[in-house]
Amino acid sequence: MVQISSNLLYIAFILYLIATFFFAGSIKIHSDKAAKKTNRWSLIGILITIIGFVSQVGYFITRWIAGGHAPVSNLFEFTTFFGMMLVAAFIIIYFIYKTPVLGVFTLPVALLVIAYASMFPKEITPLIPALQSDWLHIHVTTAAAGEAILSISFAAGLIYLIKHVDQTRRSQRTFWLELTLFGLIATLGFIAVSSAFSSAGYETKFSWVDKRGSDAETVYHMPALVGPHKYEMKTKGNMAPLAEMPAMVNAEKLNTVIWSLFGGIIIYLIIRLVSRRRVAALLQPLVRRIDLNLVDEIGYRSVLIGFPIFTLGALIFAMIWAQMAWTRFWGWDPKEVWALVTFLFYAVFLHLRLSKGWHGEKSAWLAVIGFVIIMFNLIAVNLVIAGLHSYA
Amino acid sequence: MKEVKCECGHINPVGTVICEACGRVIGDGDGSEKLLDMRYEASPRRSQHYNKTIVDKIWNFFSSVKVGVWLIVITLVASAVGTIFPQEMYIPPTIPADQYYKQEYGTLGQLYYQLGFDNLYSSWWYMILIASIGISLVICSLDRVIPLYKALKNQRTAPREGFLEKQRLFGITEDSADGVDIPSIKQNLASKRYSIKEENGSILAEKNRFSRWGPYVNHIGLIIFLFGALLRFVPGMYVDETLWVREGETKEVPGTDGKLYLKNEKFIRQLYNKSKDDQVFQDALKKNPAVIKNFQTNAVLYEKKGDTLPGEQPELKKVETDKIQVNRPLKYKHFAFYQSDYKLDEMNKMKFRLIDKKTQTSFGGLTIDLYDPKKDYNLGKGYRVELLNYFPDFEFDENSEPVTKSRIPNNPAFVFNMVTPDRPKGEASFVAIRQTIEPEGNNKYKMAFNGIETQNVTGLTVRKDMTLWFLAIGGAIFMIGVVQGAYWNHRRIWIQRKKGQVWIAAHTNKNWYGMKREIHSILTGTALQEPKDQLDEKS
Ligand code: HEM
Repeated sequence: MVQISSNLLYIAFILYLIATFFFAGSIKIHSDKAAKKTNRWSLIGILITIIGFVSQVGYFITRWIAGGHAPVSNLFEFTTFFGMMLVAAFIIIYFIYKTPVLGVFTLPVALLVIAYASMFPKEITPLIPALQSDWLHIHVTTAAAGEAILSISFAAGLIYLIKHVDQTRRSQRTFWLELTLFGLIATLGFIAVSSAFSSAGYETKFSWVDKRGSDAETVYHMPALVGPHKYEMKTKGNMAPLAEMPAMVNAEKLNTVIWSLFGGIIIYLIIRLVSRRRVAALLQPLVRRIDLNLVDEIGYRSVLIGFPIFTLGALIFAMIWAQMAWTRFWGWDPKEVWALVTFLFYAVFLHLRLSKGWHGEKSAWLAVIGFVIIMFNLIAVNLVIAGLHSYA
Repeated sequence: MKEVKCECGHINPVGTVICEACGRVIGDGDGSEKLLDMRYEASPRRSQHYNKTIVDKIWNFFSSVKVGVWLIVITLVASAVGTIFPQEMYIPPTIPADQYYKQEYGTLGQLYYQLGFDNLYSSWWYMILIASIGISLVICSLDRVIPLYKALKNQRTAPREGFLEKQRLFGITEDSADGVDIPSIKQNLASKRYSIKEENGSILAEKNRFSRWGPYVNHIGLIIFLFGALLRFVPGMYVDETLWVREGETKEVPGTDGKLYLKNEKFIRQLYNKSKDDQVFQDALKKNPAVIKNFQTNAVLYEKKGDTLPGEQPELKKVETDKIQVNRPLKYKHFAFYQSDYKLDEMNKMKFRLIDKKTQTSFGGLTIDLYDPKKDYNLGKGYRVELLNYFPDFEFDENSEPVTKSRIPNNPAFVFNMVTPDRPKGEASFVAIRQTIEPEGNNKYKMAFNGIETQNVTGLTVRKDMTLWFLAIGGAIFMIGVVQGAYWNHRRIWIQRKKGQVWIAAHTNKNWYGMKREIHSILTGTALQEPKDQLDEKS
């Protein structure tokens, strides 16, 4: 069962990848004014996406049956589920607005999210008592669905900015847009580097001295660029660290971050050197024919649809569960606080839009920031700020 | 304060864009703006026409969306900063906070502590922020909802000159020979659930007006929620206590004025078992073998009958028997008991034998209940042990005097006086774990350690929270309001016949694309042309 499940996920991943190319293809042909063909390409694209989605739902159900609980209880499962919701949200929005370009931007984000998820341990974990609650599953799934729909506004915002921001001149806007795109590329860098080293089975053991002065051990899965405080290498023959970190810093995580940035920069530089253009400029032809008002509205609508769902899942259901599991509905745990931050941020988005007329570009930038906040809560809070929520 | 006088003679308050009486467009500008600001139906708000007294100033401050947004943004940023390092309530209780932040996070941590971020969410300035948002919510809603209501209620079916062509969606069709088929348009409108009003051939079709109240409904929900959060500080609304009960023990429940008693029959802690539990967990358990499956207290809840004098044994009536687990609290009346902590194998009883140091002969044993030690233990045949002093959690203080840190028997120590037939005055002895001190230094007898009995202790959280109802109702109203405002849009279509032309204009508060598609489907098959998006022309 577990094997079937992971195969289904793999199939879904491949199908999303193929679908992306079909959506991209539909745009290319469009400029040849072969309208019928356009429809066919994007029709095939959405069909493949749906098959992929069904396959991923199959992964979800089989894993649920195998583990006896909804697979949303560790980082791998939750992040994968988020990717699945992203695809679901895209499919819905696609049928409302029929814009294949959205697929060209949403599906790669979903692919990155799923690939990123698979960097975490994939075992089915037994549930600790606090997690044994139906409310937990209701909370996590609705929250992820809300976040996914909100993320669609990021894809829409990105499309808006790529089309709208003038690439002929270097400006602050081109810089921030490149930085946003680089963020996505750095995720790719992380995935590439860590899967390369993990398939090679790379491992270096260190003993070191932590901030309380006691001995500790740590294992690196990438060559050590920075070593922990007062380290001593236990694995002979591997690369020795170039620098030593103070005890305050988690050197192993920092090392991973450096490698990911490294990978990202290399990929980015290759793209720039080959194309001799900014990445955003490179993507511009894809969005040439898109109606800016339409993407603006897609972005706004996905916030409007996503915001209530997010509130329900990430705040209200979360409070109900917290009341039962931890005896209080709210405890200022970092993950809770960041859900509140996300909620407040999108409330600001809606107010600025409705009452201050922040449409178009401003709204698109806000959508980008919103996505950064969501990702921060999804990933960084678990890895960097350890609270009650940090899974295992 | 300057009123605006319309051509029709009506004097409108400052800020009016459409005359209250006749509906002519007046506006404070020269009327050259191409599109009308339809946000509050272009009607005036209190905040726009009073700005004299202090009250007005405060009113205007809090009713401004700009201020509201700033308040939310500041709260948002402050909340985020509060997660950089753990809040004080999450740091280990063993280290004082002023040392902890410096030791764990260096200078930055110290700064964080000194700036009070360690208790951010209960700090006065965070409270003020939240309160300001609350006030702002009340005032901004009051400021807008009444004018909006009036305007929508009194809107004209046939707005005057200048109104239609200033709408974002607007179009003119020449009324040619075959004619624009108004009846079938009306039918189409009705089938899209528009309600239609007519006046001299002018049509106003409108739907989902209720969605305009969405923001106000959700703001009311938020206000109720915040009010509920405030209620916690009212005495009697909220109880939060911890209750430690050993197995077999019955204890009075704190926070209930001695009304409730709880007995811990058994505390259970189960781990996942690699061989017994599901195969699928194998890999995970190999990595991390000690995963807890269940915490459980088998508890009995008693209620006291009648009143008792202090010291009198209360008469208890069993009211509830339950297995309390994480996520499955025991509930009784307004109280809930949550499984929140435990201690396994806590020392409960300690056993000793009285022996002769030389011959090792034993003169009998005794068992000391560490929570309730006796003063005197009679071993018979003239052998007796007096307990002169007891330190449940013993340590030496700075003067090398024995003291106890707490009442929990983590490290018990005793001062015994061993009375025997040959030593009728007794020999004193200080006994702690793996340590015996004899004040006289030449005792004949000794208290020999003879084992301990341990017990599991369960830690329950006792909770009464009467504010939950407010929060639930507030949350529900908030959700209704958000959905109401987000999933429906207020749409209006005006159609007028004018001198051989048919004019059409449309307005929606959001989701223009959907509006256009709807107009498209309403107008197909009729000779009326679709209105143009005047915003498109501009860009
Ligand atoms: C955390 C606090 C708040 C939340 C969650 C919230 C939520 C909302 C939502 C969801 C909407 C509807 C937006 C839309 O449909 O696009 C809205 C509208 C609005 N909010 Fe708030 N709000 C909050 C605080 C405030 C404050 C402090 C003010 C005061 C200035 C305010 C003033 C308004 C106004 C004027 C509208 C538009 C009403 C209309 O045009 O009919 N809100 N709010």
